[in-house]
This record gives sequence, C-alpha cells and structure tokens, in this order.
Amino acid sequence: MRTETSLVLAQAGADATVSTGEAVAFWVLGPIAVAGALGMIFARNAVHSALWLVLTMLSLGMLYMVQHAPFLGFTQIIVYTGAIMMLFLFVLMMVGRESSDSVLEVLRGQRLMAALLGIGVAGVLAGALTRALTDVPPAPPMNPWTPDGGGAGGLARVIFQDYLFPFELTSALLITAAMGAMVLAFTDRYSKEGKRSQRDLVEARFRGEYERPSPKPGPGVYATSNSVATPALLPDGSIAPESLSELIESTPTAQLRAHREHLDRVERENARALVGPDAGSAGSETGEDSGAGADTPAPTGGAANGTEDKA
Amino acid sequence: MTPTYYLLLSALLFTIGAVGVLVRRNAIVVFMCIELMLNAVNLSLVTFARINGDIDGQVMAFFVMVVAAAEVVVGLAIIMAIFRTRRSASIDDTNLLKY
Repeated sequence: MRTETSLVLAQAGADATVSTGEAVAFWVLGPIAVAGALGMIFARNAVHSALWLVLTMLSLGMLYMVQHAPFLGFTQIIVYTGAIMMLFLFVLMMVGRESSDSVLEVLRGQRLMAALLGIGVAGVLAGALTRALTDVPPAPPMNPWTPDGGGAGGLARVIFQDYLFPFELTSALLITAAMGAMVLAFTDRYSKEGKRSQRDLVEARFRGEYERPSPKPGPGVYATSNSVATPALLPDGSIAPESLSELIESTPTAQLRAHREHLDRVERENARALVGPDAGSAGSETGEDSGAGADTPAPTGGAANGTEDKA
Repeated sequence: MTPTYYLLLSALLFTIGAVGVLVRRNAIVVFMCIELMLNAVNLSLVTFARINGDIDGQVMAFFVMVVAAAEVVVGLAIIMAIFRTRRSASIDDTNLLKY
C-alpha cells in the first residue's frame, strides 16, 4: 500500500517535471535516433553507416538540449557530428570503396547469436531500469541560467573547481593521442624503403611490375593542332590507340569527332604527299637495282604470274 | 512520461551498438558502433544528472566526449596503419595473432 502511494506520488512528480513539449520532442527525436542506429547497422555501405550515425548523434544532441544541458548538446553536435564523424568520413574516403562489408558470414550462426544476445541485453537493461527507477522522483529541473544549471557557466564552475585535476589529465590524454596518431599514421616516404630510385624503377619496369616498360605515347602535336584530344599517329598514319584519353573519348562531342576525321584525312594526305614520290623513287631504284642485278626478283614475279595464269 | 524513458532509449541505443560491434565486419563500422555505445552512455549520464538535479553527470558526459575524441583519433590511425600494410579494413583479415 505504501509503495503504491509512493509510486503514484512519484509518477505525479514525474508528470510535473516533464512538460508536454519535452514529451513531444522525445517521441519525435527518440525514434529518429533509434532509426539512425538501426540504419547504421544494416547499411551495407560504410559511408551510409556514417551518415546514419550522424543522424543519431544530431538527435541525441537535441535530446541533451531538451534535458536542460544546452552546452553539452551543442558540444555533442560540434564535436561528434562536426569533428569525429567527419574524421570517420575522411578515413572512409582514404580506405576507399572496397570498405563496404562482405555478406559472407565467417562464423556460422554468429548473426543469430548476436541478435539473441542483443535482445537479451536490451531486456535485462530495460527491466532493471524500469524496476529501479519507477519510484524515483526526479529533482526539479535545473535552470540553465543560474550558476548551478546546465549552461556553460555552471559546467565551467564544476569542472574548474571540483574536477580540475581530471581536466588537466585530459590535456595529457589529448597530447598522447595526437602523438600516437602521428606515430601510427606516419609513412616515411623519403627513406630508402619509401621511395624507389630511378634504377630500381627501371629494373622494376623491365621485370614486369608495371604494365609496360615505356611510358604511353602522348597526344600528337602537329602543325594543324596541339590539343590533348589529338591522338598520336603510328608510322603508317593510323591512330595510336594508347594515346587516346579515356576521358576525352567518352565525351560525346561532335566537334571532337569532326576534328579527328579532318586531322586523319589531312595527315593521310600529307603522308601520301610525303611518302608517294619517295615510294616511287624507291621503287624505281629497286627496279633499276633489280635490272642491274639481273634475275633475283624475276623468278618470284614469274612464279606469281604463273600461278595467276593457272588460276 | 518520466525521465526513465530517456534511460530506456539509452539502453536500446547501447544494445544496438553492441549488436553492431558483433555483427559488422568492417573495422571502421565497428568503431562507429562503439561511438554509438559511448553516446548512449552519455545520454544516460545526462539523464541521471537531470533526475538528480546535479550537474556532475553532465561533467562526466563531457569527459566521456573528450576521451572519445582521443580514442577516435588513435583508433582511426591504427585502422589506417593496418589498412596500409594489409590492404584491407576487414577485421577478419587481421588474424596475425590468431595462432
């Protein structure tokens, strides 16, 4: 009987301390936080997980503000969503796209066991909390504008008076963390292992560690054009496929195609104009040579003629 | 509604984070789940401060934030170092100490 009355009193007191606006804020922000947490677990892509976690942390920060802790709420938003989650995103971008999870289950039944464990932990925590805290009357709300409230002034008073030594210890922690990060993330790019010498690179190229020993042919530079879109030409006047830029080739530009065709035609004409007379003179020279040197080409020509005649 | 509901929300978030640590294979996502657990504990600390009408719980949440920031820096540096040598961020590939 007595516990019942205290329970009723406690609930009356609790109802007095939680305003309707706070209840509305809780029932809006709480499900958002839970949805963000679930989304973080179930998102296949790690970047999506990070963004879901940002949602959860934002709503948690607003819940702090609702609970008369405005300084902590803003610190949550600035430090967690602003700094820590952006650090996570930076590392995700450096680690790359392959950071998404594998669907493979390495330990058999692990996910089922984890889900069961989670349900069990949630049940134990919820049961303990509801049993322990139903008859605890909450204190009257703190006023953030008084020195003892949840504002920055009240927090600063407590931190710099009662918690001064732990606060100083956090500075040591932060310096140690910064040093640790520098030591762990440092790569000695200029030591002997870090950078290969020119000789090592050449040997590695010819050993086959790279695609090809020589660099790819660059774009062509001619009297008619000097743009990167101009392909290099092989000795026979055709376009060298390795000199084509993938990016430019994938751009659907009619202008580029017209230019390419024009260039192809001009270069072929040039090549013909250059090679033609030379080829003729070379042929006449070889003709003269063969004429002077008598029979050697004649049998092949005769054999060819003979086969054609037979055919 | 009583402030206990905040504690229930905190317990739920903590549980989700713990399940995420057990289920996910990507080291960075596991790390994010740990952050979620720290945040859930922060919410319960703020709620305790509010229930007790005392600001000490908020100070503890503040210190948790500082420690979490330091932890994130070192942890991400470790993950980067592992990724640089193993070319993988999966916790299944980091089994050098297994046998």
